[in-house]
Amino acid sequence: MTSPGMTAATAGRVLRQLRHDPRTIAMMVLVPSLLLGLLYLLWKDLPTPPGQTSTFDRIGLTMLGIFPFVVMFLVTSIAMLRERTSGTLERLLTTPLSRPALLFGYGCAFGLAAAVQALVTVGVATTVYDLEVAGSLALVVLIAVVDAILGVALGLLASAFASSEFQAVQFMPVIVLPQFFLCGLLVPREQMAGWLQAVSDVLPLTYAVDALQEVGRSTEPTGTMWADIAVVAGAAALALALAAGTLRRRTS
Amino acid sequence: MDAVVVRDLVVERGRRRVLQHLDFSAPPGRVTGLLGPSGSGKSTLMRAVVGVQRVRSGKVTVLGEPAGSPGLRTRVGYVTQAPSVYADLTVRENARYFAALYGRGAPAADAAVADVGLADAAHQLVGNLSGGQRGRASLACALVGEPELLVLDEPTVGLDPVLRVELWERFAALAAAGATLLVSSHVMDEAARCDRLLLLRDGALLADTTPSRLRADGRSEDLEQAFLTLVRASEGAAA
Repeated sequence: MTSPGMTAATAGRVLRQLRHDPRTIAMMVLVPSLLLGLLYLLWKDLPTPPGQTSTFDRIGLTMLGIFPFVVMFLVTSIAMLRERTSGTLERLLTTPLSRPALLFGYGCAFGLAAAVQALVTVGVATTVYDLEVAGSLALVVLIAVVDAILGVALGLLASAFASSEFQAVQFMPVIVLPQFFLCGLLVPREQMAGWLQAVSDVLPLTYAVDALQEVGRSTEPTGTMWADIAVVAGAAALALALAAGTLRRRTS
Repeated sequence: MDAVVVRDLVVERGRRRVLQHLDFSAPPGRVTGLLGPSGSGKSTLMRAVVGVQRVRSGKVTVLGEPAGSPGLRTRVGYVTQAPSVYADLTVRENARYFAALYGRGAPAADAAVADVGLADAAHQLVGNLSGGQRGRASLACALVGEPELLVLDEPTVGLDPVLRVELWERFAALAAAGATLLVSSHVMDEAARCDRLLLLRDGALLADTTPSRLRADGRSEDLEQAFLTLVRASEGAAA
């Protein structure tokens, strides 16, 4: 059997595992919309200075990229840790399944889950919470999915450095929060200290947030946006390659 | 040609030497039993045979290739001691996934599930099964690839006597059909069902024998008693 077939079989298996866990599916699909609602209510009655984007439009749009990243990072790092601790990973590595096929399988499965999540969240945000986006909503969904795949890739990588669930969940703040703090949402990037800006330049979430803000501002897709998406996708590919390197067939 | 050839194998875990200069070979189309107390190195040896164990020195050749070679992945099936299947999938979903990895279809998966006597439980989640059923689900996921060499680590733990006999009959049938089996156990009465016996103690091979030869050497019809006699004799020789 070829590698695409095994990638598909693995993605199907991961999705089937998800299907047996309806509460996780419900949380994955609904929690971002509910949290976004909370943000909407937070800023609803605050005035927006004329000529500026409202705070909710700016932050809500950014959140559409951050939710899938965080959720998929957590879900994937735990799922992969379970593969390692249950012995299924060691078993898989004795089968013809290649390591990239295993990792891409995870990427496809959770990327698909992220697409469903993004469709629901974007739908709710633009209809119920009146989130205004100048550009195409399809592009927002695309960026959310690429972000989710980045989360999957970093989660797969992080799980290699965790030997327990306690450690795995704590990688979330370590990997996610610095990227969130420095992505330009809390303080505009051009107002950061030079070295912080340099750190921000090498963090992939910065580009995801920038891509979303491009879509929020301009009706037509911009070159900057495509370049941002390419950076995020490249970072995800790099993290997947590094994660493949952490899957050792032989262990002591 | 022997299906498994191990030459001067040394494995260390941390500072402990788990296997010390092991030599043996397993003939094809036979059930070779790996017997010894818990902690004697059985699992480590099996891991070395399937090529997931880092070894210090020595050579492990499986079906003519170095253990762990990519070409062996479709030809060797491995069942770990703890059932390594997905608890959040049904028995059938597990078998179908492993079938896909071995390039087999759904009918092969369903046949493997039936072969281990789990046809009635095929739609149950593995996490809801008893320990013995889980072990059999794990076995089905190895059988589905129809491997030439099947490495089974304590496959009958926790099974009732009837099922144990059934599984051993199944192993004999697989061997009769040409497969080679390497099966570990710490229950000596299962040794009687093997064609060949490797007795392992403290990481060293105490005897490479057959059930009838063990009975003769240990001067007892009871294999457990014969094993004990050999252990005492070797300890006497060492002292």
